[in-house]
Amino acid sequence: MKLRPVCGVVLRQYYLLRGSPIRVVPMFAWVGVDIVLWGFITRYLNTVGPAGVNFVPRLLGAVLLWDFLTRIMQGVTVAFLEDVWSRNFLNLFATPLLVSEYVVGLVVTSVVTSLFGLAVMLVLATAFFGLSFLALGALVVPFVLVLFLFGIALGILGSAMVLRWGPASEWLIWPLPALIAPFAGVFYPVATLPHWMQAVAAILPPSRVFEALRTVVGGGTPAVSELAWAAALAFVYVLLGTLTFTSVFRYVVRSGLLARYSAESVG
Amino acid sequence: MPTNTATATTESPAGPPPLGAPVLEIVGLSKHYGTLAAVRDVSFSVRVGEVVGLLGPNGAGKTTTINMVLGVLDPGAGTIRIRGLDVSRRRSAALAHANFAAVYASLPGNLTVAQNLRVFGLIYGVSALRQRVRSLLEQFDLTELRDTKCGVLSSGEQTRVGLAKALLNRPALLLLDEPTASLDPSTAQIVREQIRALAVHHKCGILWTSHNMYEVEAVCDRVLFLSRGQILLEGDPRVLPQQHGARTLEELFIRIAREPLAPDAEARP
Repeated sequence: MKLRPVCGVVLRQYYLLRGSPIRVVPMFAWVGVDIVLWGFITRYLNTVGPAGVNFVPRLLGAVLLWDFLTRIMQGVTVAFLEDVWSRNFLNLFATPLLVSEYVVGLVVTSVVTSLFGLAVMLVLATAFFGLSFLALGALVVPFVLVLFLFGIALGILGSAMVLRWGPASEWLIWPLPALIAPFAGVFYPVATLPHWMQAVAAILPPSRVFEALRTVVGGGTPAVSELAWAAALAFVYVLLGTLTFTSVFRYVVRSGLLARYSAESVG
Repeated sequence: MPTNTATATTESPAGPPPLGAPVLEIVGLSKHYGTLAAVRDVSFSVRVGEVVGLLGPNGAGKTTTINMVLGVLDPGAGTIRIRGLDVSRRRSAALAHANFAAVYASLPGNLTVAQNLRVFGLIYGVSALRQRVRSLLEQFDLTELRDTKCGVLSSGEQTRVGLAKALLNRPALLLLDEPTASLDPSTAQIVREQIRALAVHHKCGILWTSHNMYEVEAVCDRVLFLSRGQILLEGDPRVLPQQHGARTLEELFIRIAREPLAPDAEARP
């Protein structure tokens, strides 16, 4: 893998943002709205809920972490979709660019844009609603790492879906986080779910992160093995996502779908 | 009938290729979509300093052939070598020696001319990129448009940007799919001269598709007539018409384009 082609993929995204600053707005606007909405909900719940229960870290913290995962996924898919929308595949893949270099370029782009969104969310949640991630201590690192990896995996998988089924399948990738959220136990313990949903939750890394978050907020200490398992699972998902994308790429090259993505006709 | 000029070479991508050395070797290339044969047992080569015209009616298999050379479509059978490197096995290394411009593959319209050239320059690993971009902008009279988004350029200007992109990495093999289709006659002539000079002075082999027979005669050293996925004729475009009893290349084109269709046309109910 070479650095310069990866820089080329990232530079393209930077130029897009610089040339059209309106693209920066979605990076923080929707997560900002979420934080404000859930901030007031938690503030209200604190006034009507049982004394001594603070909903801010339970709900607002969960919203912030879940939005971070969603933002990471969208960072990858939106960067990929830019090439779909501009019919750029022929230009890109008729070059020495490796699939791995392309995917790494998308991931780097997502990291940069998502960190920007995370910073805005943290400022809003801390300044207006008193959320402090510092209270979580060093556990913030594995929480963010696991969600980051799983978000990357979802983004790569979503991009593979659009590559395989064409631009019209774009709508399939947007609801992915919403489909996973009920199983991930973002706002409630996994034990609340019926057994079959708990079985699904067990193979989703975020469910272990949110269980751990609730344990910490409740004054306990989460098992290190749980977080290690979550991180290992998240790595597996990244690997599976990358293998799926590579496999789909080979398929679209073999079948002629990639050439048809851009060409007016295949003569 | 076609004469196959493809020859086997050892893999020797280092250093500039000598004039006359093969930069593209295609042997036994085929591609089927279900029962439809888009390309059938095609073999030919392109040498350094040579401009080869790939001619044929719509649906003849020209773009399919070019897509296979560019590695965006897998051949069903056969081999493609760019400077001795097998595109199927060493895709990235082989494509580092090639580039292309096609009317149906315009550069992203939301980036400026210079931005597109910089992005693709990085992807191709072009050294001294800043100077290379400046030089190409001057060569294709794009300096004043360097900060204009490609999406608002005229089709002729977009074609010039595409050509500038195609020369970024000083390719040993240049694939041009109707490169002058959107250009006015004056600009088209300048571009033809530039490309012709490029083939000779910059040690580059060019595969050129066009429906403009005047242009083909003016630019190409050799032409291949493709019809229904097969090469039917090959030779010097200035000599071929007389050899086959036609007055002009266009007349020969029309005859060849229609002849193979006749049996099928008769068979239709």
